[in-house]
Amino acid sequence: MEIKKTQNDTQLIMEISGRLDTNAAPKLIADIDESLVEGVKSFVLDMADCDYVASSGLRAILGAQKKMNALQGTMVVKNVVSDVMEVFEMTGFADILTFE
Amino acid sequence: MNKEINVEATMDNLDAVLGFIEENLELADCPMKIAMKIVVCVEELFVNVVNYAYEGFVGKCKITFEALNNDENKVVISISDQGKEFNPLEKADPDTTLDADEREIGGLGIFMVKNIMNHIYYERSGENNIIIMEKSW
Repeated sequence: MEIKKTQNDTQLIMEISGRLDTNAAPKLIADIDESLVEGVKSFVLDMADCDYVASSGLRAILGAQKKMNALQGTMVVKNVVSDVMEVFEMTGFADILTFE
Repeated sequence: MNKEINVEATMDNLDAVLGFIEENLELADCPMKIAMKIVVCVEELFVNVVNYAYEGFVGKCKITFEALNNDENKVVISISDQGKEFNPLEKADPDTTLDADEREIGGLGIFMVKNIMNHIYYERSGENNIIIMEKSW
C-alpha cells in the first residue's frame, strides 16, 4: 500500500493505493495519528486505487473518523471502488462514513 | 484436488498465505469480485491464528483449498492451528448500527467472514482447531 498526502491549508487529502490489509493498516494508522492534528478541519480519504480492505483497514478508517469528530472537523471518503464499498456496506461502515 | 500450505503463524507469512489462495482461486476461475472477498476471509482467520492461537511461542497454521466444479462452482477452504481449544465463531457480532464514536473495534473480522461465506463451521479434531468455510458462485 502507498499513501500520498497533500495538505491545503486546513484540508488534508490522503490517497491510498493498493491493498489495505493487516500488514498495511499500521502504516495508515501511524500516518493518520501524525497528520490529523489540531488545525486540520477537513480530511479527504481518496480510495480510488485501493482494491482491498480487511477489518484491520476498516479499524484504521474508523480511527480517522473518530479523530476528525474529536477535532470537530469533517471527513469524506472518496472514489471507493464497488468491491470495497460492499465491504463497507456489510460491516455497517457505509452508515458511519460520508462518501463522495 | 486438495491443496495445502503449511506456515508458521506469523504476520510475515500473510502474503504467502494470501498468494496461495489467490493463485488457486484464479485456477478455479473464481470471479474477481468474489475472489477478493474470499481472500479477506482467509486474511481475517489467519490473522486470528497469528494473534490468538499460541501463547509465548510460534506455532503452525495449515490452510487447505479445494475447488469443486459440479453443478455449481464452489471452493472449500480450511484453516487449522494447534492452539488451545477455541471457536472464534462463538464471538458475538458487533453492533453495526452504532455511530463512529460508539463503535467498538473487536469482532469485525469474524463478522465479515460470516457475511461473505455461504457456510462456515468449527471443528475440534484431536489437538486441532479447524475452521472450514465454503463459498459458491
